[in-house]
Amino acid sequence: MDYIISILPALLAGTKMTLSIFFTTIIIAIPLGAVIGLGLIGKIKPLKWFLDFYVWLMRGTPLLLQLIFIFYGLPLIGIVFPRYDAALIAFVLNYAAYFGEIFRGGFQSVPRGQFEAAKMLELNYWQTIRYIVIPQVFKIVLPSVGNEVINLIKDSSLVYVIGLGDLLRAGNIATARDVTLVPLILVGIIYLLLTAVCTLALRMIEKRANVWR
Amino acid sequence: MLEIKNLTKQFDGRTIINDLSMTVADDEILAIVGPSGAGKTTLLRCITGLEKPDSGRFYWNGQEFTPSDKKKSQSIIGAVFQDYQLFPNLTVLRNITLAPQLVKKMESAEVTEEALKLLKRLGLENKDQLYPYQLSGGQKQRVAIVRALAMNPKILCYDEPTSALDPALRQEVGQVITDLKQTGMTQIVVTHDMDFAENVADKIMRVEALS
Repeated sequence: MDYIISILPALLAGTKMTLSIFFTTIIIAIPLGAVIGLGLIGKIKPLKWFLDFYVWLMRGTPLLLQLIFIFYGLPLIGIVFPRYDAALIAFVLNYAAYFGEIFRGGFQSVPRGQFEAAKMLELNYWQTIRYIVIPQVFKIVLPSVGNEVINLIKDSSLVYVIGLGDLLRAGNIATARDVTLVPLILVGIIYLLLTAVCTLALRMIEKRANVWR
Repeated sequence: MLEIKNLTKQFDGRTIINDLSMTVADDEILAIVGPSGAGKTTLLRCITGLEKPDSGRFYWNGQEFTPSDKKKSQSIIGAVFQDYQLFPNLTVLRNITLAPQLVKKMESAEVTEEALKLLKRLGLENKDQLYPYQLSGGQKQRVAIVRALAMNPKILCYDEPTSALDPALRQEVGQVITDLKQTGMTQIVVTHDMDFAENVADKIMRVEALS
């Protein structure tokens, strides 16, 4: 027990880093994904081609490669990012691509008749998006976005490879130093707690979205 | 009076409507009937502005207007869709008040009062706080009618209003349409239901498929 208390501060500091990457990525990547989704179904062809390529690139290569590329690779051509910024850029770019695809599907599943009904009522494009489309898309994409959010908590452990002090790294250091399994088990428990809180939060949001069908 | 002059509409080189001219008098209920594929829905979609005709002019009381230009069409035309297309994420009341508030910048209290009055008139008292999924098909249709009426259109268009209704409800919507005539509404009904057209309409227009 004393041992657990002695390593807890290091693990909690690591958790803080994990959460910091998690929340920053979510806050930037979800709205960005919604905009990308709109672009993917939009009428501007060059933009659509660019976004298709971007999504293909981000989903077609490992996130780990993207992290290493940005932090270790780009400095070779003179582009240097601090560790934390490099991690954020990789996560935001990667997750925004996934969210973009999810939102594209969401926007496409709003029936054309809804747009026509809005048009007959003389709502303009942004009013239609804001009052009719976004609320319906929000509900449609919620389960898929929830999945990605849970994935992100676990994926954030990949920052370990560029030397950021996240939760996994803190546990790994303690295990190597003290030759005991306890830190890794604690790390597992903390991840489980984080994902459990997330799952509960998502369920509450889904319940609120279920007042209409 | 609605006047349409020399309306033509093609899809991929196939002519659906060829140089059609017609008039609809004030307070008139016009039924457009014909076999499927004859272009009656296309005609209605040109009138409501959901399709852009290749050529043709529209006049309301002598004043030319462009149905597909929603920024300038000044709510002359309202539409009730075959599958109603109520907004599922909004309550019945919000479905009705959204556009008058956003587009016509009307006060919430005023719009709400008007909406509740219309709901009552169409037998939908106390349904204002429900969501569309909680309504029956006939109720949804009447909400769709109220939603269109709330924008104060001069002409109300219906696409196949009876197709999803059982016979008793068919009479009911017929009643609603004839009641609206009393309030001075000009109405255009596309239907393949001849009995319904004969019971409700003042004038029946037959369209045939162009070969």
